[in-house]
Amino acid sequence: MKDSLSVIQDLAPRKFGKRGWTWSIFLLVIILAGIIAYVDQIIRGQQVTNMRDYALWGIYISNFVFFVATSFVGSATVAVLRLTNNSWRTPLVRIAEIISLAAIMMAGITIIIDMARPDRLLNLFMYGRLQSPITWDVIIIPTTIALTFLLLYFPILPDLAVLNKFFEKTKPKLSKWYGKLSLGWKGTTRQKVLRMKSIKIIAILIIPVGILLQTIDAWLFSTTYRVGWDSTNMAAYFISGAFVAGLGALISVIYVVRRVRNLEDYITENHFDKLGKYLGLTCLVYLYFNINEYLIPVFTATVEEEIHLNALIFGEYAFLFWFSQIVGLILPLILILFKGGRKPKAMFVIGLMVVLGSWWKRFIIVTPTLLHPFLPIEGVPESWRHYWPSMHEWIITSATLAMALFIITMFIRYLPVVPIQQTIDELNGNPDDDENE
Amino acid sequence: MGESSDNNRRKFLDNGLKLSLATIIGSIGLTKLSASLKSGEKPASGKPVELMTTDGRLIEVDSAEVMDMDAHCGHDPNYNVREGIPNRKFVMVIDLAKCKNALKCVQSCNKFHMVTGDNAWLKIHKMKDSQDGAPYWMPRTCMHCDKPACVTVCPVDATFKRRDGLVLIDNERCIGCRFCMAACPYSIRVFNWSEPEQGDTSEITSVLDNGYPSPDYAGMPSKMGTPDKCDFCPHAIKENVLPHCVTACPNGVFYFGDKYEDTVTNGEETLRFKQLLEDKAGYRLLEELGTEPSVYYLPPVDRLVDFEDGMENYNEFMSVEKPE
Repeated sequence: MKDSLSVIQDLAPRKFGKRGWTWSIFLLVIILAGIIAYVDQIIRGQQVTNMRDYALWGIYISNFVFFVATSFVGSATVAVLRLTNNSWRTPLVRIAEIISLAAIMMAGITIIIDMARPDRLLNLFMYGRLQSPITWDVIIIPTTIALTFLLLYFPILPDLAVLNKFFEKTKPKLSKWYGKLSLGWKGTTRQKVLRMKSIKIIAILIIPVGILLQTIDAWLFSTTYRVGWDSTNMAAYFISGAFVAGLGALISVIYVVRRVRNLEDYITENHFDKLGKYLGLTCLVYLYFNINEYLIPVFTATVEEEIHLNALIFGEYAFLFWFSQIVGLILPLILILFKGGRKPKAMFVIGLMVVLGSWWKRFIIVTPTLLHPFLPIEGVPESWRHYWPSMHEWIITSATLAMALFIITMFIRYLPVVPIQQTIDELNGNPDDDENE
Repeated sequence: MGESSDNNRRKFLDNGLKLSLATIIGSIGLTKLSASLKSGEKPASGKPVELMTTDGRLIEVDSAEVMDMDAHCGHDPNYNVREGIPNRKFVMVIDLAKCKNALKCVQSCNKFHMVTGDNAWLKIHKMKDSQDGAPYWMPRTCMHCDKPACVTVCPVDATFKRRDGLVLIDNERCIGCRFCMAACPYSIRVFNWSEPEQGDTSEITSVLDNGYPSPDYAGMPSKMGTPDKCDFCPHAIKENVLPHCVTACPNGVFYFGDKYEDTVTNGEETLRFKQLLEDKAGYRLLEELGTEPSVYYLPPVDRLVDFEDGMENYNEFMSVEKPE
C-alpha cells in the first residue's frame, strides 16, 4: 500500500531523460520539414501534391478523417466508461483526454492544409451556408475542441493544486504556473460541487458531440452521388471505426507511457486486459459494418459499383484493402480472444496494428471512389488515373502526425498522466465516484 | 385567494392573446387597403394604345396602364450576375447522331476561355453503352443542373445557380475545398492546381465589360486554387450570341436556346425544343440521379457520320493542345 506522498512522487511530471529529448527533437525536425513543405505548397499551389481533377482529395483528407476518428477516444473511454460506472478507467482517462485533444486540434489544422485557398478561410464565416456539410464541420470541430479541452481541464484542477504544493520548494517557477492554472483550487466543498457538476455535464455532452462529429465527417462523403460514398450506412460505419481507431491509439500510447514512467503499479495488466476486451467488442461491431459496406453491396451492385468493389477487393487497391481489413481488424480481433493476446506487450503490438490499419483504411475510403467516376476518365494525362501521394504530401502529413505526438508528449511532460488526487482518494478507500472523471 | 389570482392571470393572458390577434389581422387589412388605394391613384389618360399579345391577338389598353419593362440585354444597369437574365431558361440539346469527334467545339472553348491546364471544360467522350452496342462520340459540357449537387455542397456560395438556369463560379470567393468537384456526378469541373499560365492579364481585362473579373467571364482570368468549368458562355448569350461550341461545330451538333421560348438553334436551323425532344427521343445524362440537367441528348440513331472518322482525332490522354 502506497502513501499519498509516494503516489505524488510517482505521478508528478518529470524532466525528459535522454530518450525524451531525442524523441522530442525527432518530432520537431519532422514538424519543421512539414512547415517548410507547406509554405512551398502555399507559394506554388497544390500542384506540389499528386492530387488532380479526378483524385481531387488525397491523404490530407484521409488523414483528417483519421484524426477525427482518433479524437473519438475521449468520448469512447471517458464518457462511456463513466456512464457505465466502470471504475477501472481512472488511470486511463487522462491519457485518453490528451489524445482526444491533440487529435481534434490536428484534424482542424489538417483540413485547412487541404484548402487550396487558406487565405480565404474567413469566407467560411462571412458567406457560410448552413446547407453545406463543410459548414457543419466548421461548427462541430471548434465545439469539440472546446469541450475536449474542458474535459481535460476541469478534472485536472485538483492535481494542479497538488503539483503547486509539491514543486513549491524544488521548482518555484513551475510551481507558480501550476498554481495559476489551478484557478485557486483549495478543495472546498463549494469548489468540489461545482467541479463535479461541470465534469458531469461535459462528460454527458461529449457523447452526442462526439457522435455528431463522426457523423458529419461521414456525411461529407455520403452527401455526394459518388459510388462507394453514397451509402446510408456511412455514419454508423464511421462511428464504429472511430471506436476502434481511438482505442488502438489509446492502447499504444498507454503502453509507452507506462514503460517510460514506470507506472506498472498504476496501469496494471488488468487494465490492458479490460482494454483488450473493450477493443474486441468494438472490432466486432466494426466488422459488422464492414460486411454491410463491402460484402452486401456485391449482390445488387450497379456496373459502376462493381468496378469500384472489384478494384478494392481484387484490383489496384487490393493490397491496401486487405491490409487494413486483416492487419487493422481481423487479426487484432482474433488475437484479443486469447488471454495472452491481452497482455501489455501483445496489446501494444495490436494497438499499433489497429492504428496503422485504421490510417490506411481511411485512404481506401477516400481515394478509390474518386477514381471511379460515372463518366470515363478521358482527355487527361495517364497519371491522373491513379493516385499516390507526392513527397510534399507525405512530409506534410507526417508532420501533422508528428505534431499530434508532440502535443501528447508535451502534455505528458507537464501534466500528471494519471490523476493524482483521485488515485489518492481511491487508495484511502474514499472513491467518491461522482467526483471522478 | 390563490385560485382567483390564478383566474385573473388566465383572463389577462386570454385577453392579451385576443388583442394581439386582432392587431395582426387589422394591420394586414390596413396594408391591403393602402395598397389598393395606391394602385388606384393613377388616373386613366383616355388615350388608348394598340398592343399585340404573346399569342398574336391585338388588344387595346389605356396608355397609362402601359409601363416600360426592363430590357434583357447585358447593358442593363440592373443586371445582376448572380440572378442572371430575367425570364429566361437556357437549355442545350446535343445531337449524338451528328458528332464525329471533329473537336472544333473543344478547341474553340479552350481558346475563348483561355483554358491552359491539362483538362478541357468541354470534352468528347468515346462511349459504348453495352458489349454488343455500337460506339459513339459524346460531347459533354457542364449540365447546368436545376438541382446542382455542386451548389448544394459549396460552403461559401462561391458556386451558384442563376434564375436563367446557369451554374457559375465566383472564383474570387472560392476557398478551394473541392467539395463541388467531389459532388459533381458528371466530373465536369477542372481545378487550377498551379498558377494558370494565361499570360498578360491586362489582355484579359481588356475583354471584360468594365475591366473587372466576373463570373460572366469564367476563366478570365482563372485563379490558382479554384475550379473552372463550362459556363454556357453568359458573356455571349447576354449579347444574344451563341456559345462558342455551338458556333464552332461544323456538324451542327449543339443546339442552344431558351426553354420558355421553346426554341433551340444550332446556328443553321431553329427548332421547337419540345418537338425536337419528342421527335428524336431526347434524354438526359444520369437522369436517375435527379440532378435535373439543362443539357439534353438526342440518341445516336440514323447517324449522319461514321464513328471511325472520329478516331483520327481521338486522344485519350489530351484535351488541351499546348503550344510547342
